[in-house]
Amino acid sequence: MAKVRHESEWYPLEPGETVLDGLLRQGVRVPHGCRAGACQSCLMRATSGAVPEAAQVGLKDTLRARGYFLACTCRPQEGTALEVAGASELRVPARVVELESFSEDVFAVRLEVETPLDYRAGQYVTVVRADGLARSYSLASLPREGRLELHVRLVPGGAMSGWFAREVRHGDRVDVQGPAGDCFYVPGQPEAPLLLAGTGTGLAPLYGILRDALESGHTGPIHLFHGAREPAGLYLVDALRALAARHPNLHYRPVVLAGGGGEVEEGALEAKVLTCLPKRPVGWRAFLCGNPEAVLSLRKKLFLAGFSLKDIHADAFLPSVPRAGPVAGAA
Amino acid sequence: MTSVYEKIGGEPAMAAAVDVFYRKVLADERISHFFEDVDMERQAAKQKAFLTMVTGGPANYSGKDMRAGHKHLVDRGLNGTHFDAVAGHLKETLEELGVPTDLVGQVMAVAEGARADVLNR
Repeated sequence: MAKVRHESEWYPLEPGETVLDGLLRQGVRVPHGCRAGACQSCLMRATSGAVPEAAQVGLKDTLRARGYFLACTCRPQEGTALEVAGASELRVPARVVELESFSEDVFAVRLEVETPLDYRAGQYVTVVRADGLARSYSLASLPREGRLELHVRLVPGGAMSGWFAREVRHGDRVDVQGPAGDCFYVPGQPEAPLLLAGTGTGLAPLYGILRDALESGHTGPIHLFHGAREPAGLYLVDALRALAARHPNLHYRPVVLAGGGGEVEEGALEAKVLTCLPKRPVGWRAFLCGNPEAVLSLRKKLFLAGFSLKDIHADAFLPSVPRAGPVAGAA
Repeated sequence: MTSVYEKIGGEPAMAAAVDVFYRKVLADERISHFFEDVDMERQAAKQKAFLTMVTGGPANYSGKDMRAGHKHLVDRGLNGTHFDAVAGHLKETLEELGVPTDLVGQVMAVAEGARADVLNR
């Protein structure tokens, strides 16, 4: 049996159980989201004991060196003891300063952080509410803008999105942890064609990446595809059209599965994206964000079409996984 | 003795080769299901390790690892025809990258030597 010590209490783990599941099962509140080692909401620090390598995949070297690990992928070896602490020192306090409705179910949440966050547009952060509820959101803002901008889709029954949409008050405190992710613009090849494709709020990081590229003086063609089921699911259409009018190298193409017409194309996003590619997409770079199936399928298709894997940045938005069965103290 | 790995350009050559090779096996419907992986980067890293090994480069890979790493695929029906298909793509990849014929032959001999381990025989 392995055991974990958290806030001076020891908790036994079932064989093969993760630290996250073991602590939650025994009533300890741990911020968490995807349970798949991606969102980093459940970041913890080992103060003593050995952390399996698998629990540090995707973390920055500086965090690894300090003993940080992801509780959702940490399965300590049988018979070992691990002492852990939360990651509160990695969080910066922030205040909700603005909400702006973009469409029927998407709105922007703007946060003011007490100390500047060092991030790249397109990375993501975890927002942690006072009660420990945590969700990850991509950053649509640019660092120079001061405020952090997140695009939130109101999920039916969603704890965090429902709170933002209905209850949050101006000035309410949240903590921001991060940033994480490698979906961001890297200057240095200003002529490279860029392909930006996203579904739903996958537009958030792309909006950040796009503006970052344009402000960095990117001169190569930028193809931005935004996919939605129907026109009501598109947002920032006017802003993007205005941006495309000012930058001739930007090609903005909103695509819907049904109800298209005028300047909104109708059809499958993947097919539209593939038709804009040359025979040999040499030097192209792609950023894919949003629905996991769409992102993973498109990544594979782009690779088969000749993209180098290192030139495809994919950020699949994993849903937060509700816990199976009742949990003490969970809402 | 210089390895084929060094002769064809070492790590940068492997990085180029893995893109070509992975694309070939993914596009081949006879074997693509063995290579489907949500984590394409991890899958590519494995293949780079394989290419490094068969060219005699610095690979931390043993016959025992090959055996263990393929057992679940053998359980799913991996057999000699699939091995031949992968070997064919390996040969084509090396030829496309301009590797001289005699070196391709050496690499293919090493790959053939892994057949029993891969197929868990």
